[in-house]
Amino acid sequence: MNTAIKEVPSPADNTAKGVPVIIIEHLYKRFGKNVVLKDFNLTVHGEENVVVLGKSGAGKSVLIKCIIGLLKPDSGKILVFGDNIPDLSPDELDKVRTKIGFLFQANALYDSMTVRENLEFPLRRHWIDLTQQQVDQMVSEALENVGLKNTGDMMPSELSGGMLKRIALARTLILKPEVILYDEPTTGLDPVTAREIDHLILTLQKKYHTSSIVISHDMNCVKNIADRVILLLDGICYADGTYEELEHSGDEKIKQFFEQ
Amino acid sequence: MPLIQDTSEFFDETGNMAKFTGHFFSHGLRPRFEIKELLAQCYTIGYKSFPLIGLTGFIMGLVLTMQLRPSLVSYGVQSELPVMVGIAIVREIGPVITALIFAGKIGSSIGAELGSMKVTEQIDAMEVSGTNPYKYLVATRVLATTLMLPILTILGDAISLFGAYIGVNLSSVTSLHFFFAQVFQSLSFSDILPAITKTFFFGFAVGIIGCYKGFNSSKGTQGVGVSANSAVVLSSVLIFIIDLLAVQLTNLLGLN
Repeated sequence: MNTAIKEVPSPADNTAKGVPVIIIEHLYKRFGKNVVLKDFNLTVHGEENVVVLGKSGAGKSVLIKCIIGLLKPDSGKILVFGDNIPDLSPDELDKVRTKIGFLFQANALYDSMTVRENLEFPLRRHWIDLTQQQVDQMVSEALENVGLKNTGDMMPSELSGGMLKRIALARTLILKPEVILYDEPTTGLDPVTAREIDHLILTLQKKYHTSSIVISHDMNCVKNIADRVILLLDGICYADGTYEELEHSGDEKIKQFFEQ
Repeated sequence: MPLIQDTSEFFDETGNMAKFTGHFFSHGLRPRFEIKELLAQCYTIGYKSFPLIGLTGFIMGLVLTMQLRPSLVSYGVQSELPVMVGIAIVREIGPVITALIFAGKIGSSIGAELGSMKVTEQIDAMEVSGTNPYKYLVATRVLATTLMLPILTILGDAISLFGAYIGVNLSSVTSLHFFFAQVFQSLSFSDILPAITKTFFFGFAVGIIGCYKGFNSSKGTQGVGVSANSAVVLSSVLIFIIDLLAVQLTNLLGLN
């Protein structure tokens, strides 16, 4: 019997409800003279969906790219399960990244690989002891989770926008991450497909007890999935509250986002 | 001042390229090795380039012979045609032309492939899934180009010499055995070794420049096009520079 499956962490290992899983303190990031994040602070708790709102170019994507370690902040702390991301070595960062899923805005599926190979890719990297049978089982489960069981042998170019998003979500979830970062998950999708993706995000979040940070401009998506909404403005966390609290805020800057 | 800006950009680019190459040696060549991907790249880069290299090599040998013949006839030394063509192909024309064709086909393909992966965030996706893109994408491609170009050059030379044999036979009758006996009698170890050794460097240059340009592609389809184009231009220039240095070095070592 192969024991590798047993090493796959339980999705709820570190994400007990209410326990802080991501703590960001005094985060600064600039590109040349453009200060994108200045003294940004945020705490995300276990099984919580935090949606980050903000204008285009406000630094939302920069924020989640700093969390996953794709960008290095100029200063500040990003603690994910207690590990300060900017201080980690590449090997340590790889280890932490197995606990973090990242859904890219443009899906970022490998277009030279089939859907099955796309899903197998992260598995083969992290769980090298898995047998082919175990890999097949995990891939089937991931495809079933997103309702696309029979697409394994298709190429990404043969799929529609909504299907690509679902496959990208399946790839994000295949390592059973405890935190998922979504970069505009419904952008470019029609309203019906966008609501299906919202529903899928919520269903999978309940199933795997994950915490999420979601970047979105889609107010329906925000309303559907947010436990808490953050408004990122001028590099700082300008507002923080539930959707209803922010929707009824008297602040003009906040109102702009809810009057669409 | 545009001149100062251009000079500064040139040094910036050179520095970044040196850093990228350093990163290849320090990160790309450490275990765990991506053997499966390396073999896949060797197949794509080597095997799939063979028909083009073979065809151009054949034409090159044929044309070179047809062009040289009138000059040699005018000096009355047409019997030396196989010797001249053999030395020219094996020492210089074969490696350089093969490398230039290889740069056009493979350099542009690597630049465009990695460039499009960069702009569609596939390289970032690879990184967040715990895969070092230097190992998976860069090391495998650079090693494949470095290993495949010498093999393609040897095969290209052989086909080119066969083309030359056909060229000789267009105006006179020479047996295949006699033609190749003449060619090989005129060649020595010091002709073949430096010629093949420099192709490893040509292959490395094509691979590393293609990967560098792809990795540093700017956003958009235009950026990908520019990456592919500049990968070919820069690697072609580097091939000539390496060739010049190789000739100087072989002269210094007395291998000529």
